[in-house]
Amino acid sequence: MAINPDYLGREYPAPEPYEVTRGKIREFAEAVNDPNPVYTDPAAARAAGYPDVVAPPTFPVILGMAGSAQAIADPDLGVDFSRVVHGDQSFHYSRPTHAGDLLDSVTRITGIRALGGNELLTLETVAHDAGGEHVVTATMMLVVRGGDE
Amino acid sequence: MNRLRHADVEVGAELPERTFPVRRLDLVRYAGASGDFNPIHWNERFAKSVGLPDVIAHGMFTMAEAARVLTDWAGDPGCVVDYSVRFSAPVVVPDDEGAEITVGGRVKAKNDDGTVDVLLTARSGGAKVLVQSKATVRLAR
Repeated sequence: MAINPDYLGREYPAPEPYEVTRGKIREFAEAVNDPNPVYTDPAAARAAGYPDVVAPPTFPVILGMAGSAQAIADPDLGVDFSRVVHGDQSFHYSRPTHAGDLLDSVTRITGIRALGGNELLTLETVAHDAGGEHVVTATMMLVVRGGDE
Repeated sequence: MNRLRHADVEVGAELPERTFPVRRLDLVRYAGASGDFNPIHWNERFAKSVGLPDVIAHGMFTMAEAARVLTDWAGDPGCVVDYSVRFSAPVVVPDDEGAEITVGGRVKAKNDDGTVDVLLTARSGGAKVLVQSKATVRLAR
């Protein structure tokens, strides 16, 4: 199965804004075993200068995962999810995400190429807040491993 | 939490190395929190059927642990401006003993805009699991 090169540049807008809640940030911080109180204690977060609890730096991968899932679910893109591993990941932040954010995001396919029997798919997710200001751009490169046969 | 000041950092300074355990339960919890339910991260039979040695950790779990080293050092989780990693080998997580991820870092550059560039490393089971991993963080004045 090969990735359809015609999909380069295709965009997948999130169906609705993502609401960042204290509970979800706490769940994520606990899942990465990070006890920093600015993730769970609003008073600690305010003391550190934030309007509410902030999210760990890798939290926006949730938006990237959702966007990439939209793309991969498209059968005409031609990605076999069972052969996907994560190749690289980057984040560029305008500010930290915090509870109360309502994030609009669009995921775009920015790279499709073959490398040594594998295929590399790059997806860029750009998130803006309710005021239209940029919050974070998350870029993931997925490796679709070639078959052994 | 005390914020590290830009003036107090020197190029070449090492971030305190730390080792984080990772067990199957961590991967199940991370799958739920992140929305990444790829069975290679929790189903040994499936992982082996697609040619992997065993269940492997989410790359993003490793990236999150490396971020802890960075944000605890800087004293502010909101300080990160850029953060990128390449996953060079999987963190293999056996059912019984689990695995460990050891993260270190070093200051590569001080920038005039109040930021510093940090190179991060992560190893597990004798393999480098992150390469070309770097972050730019804005430190206190």
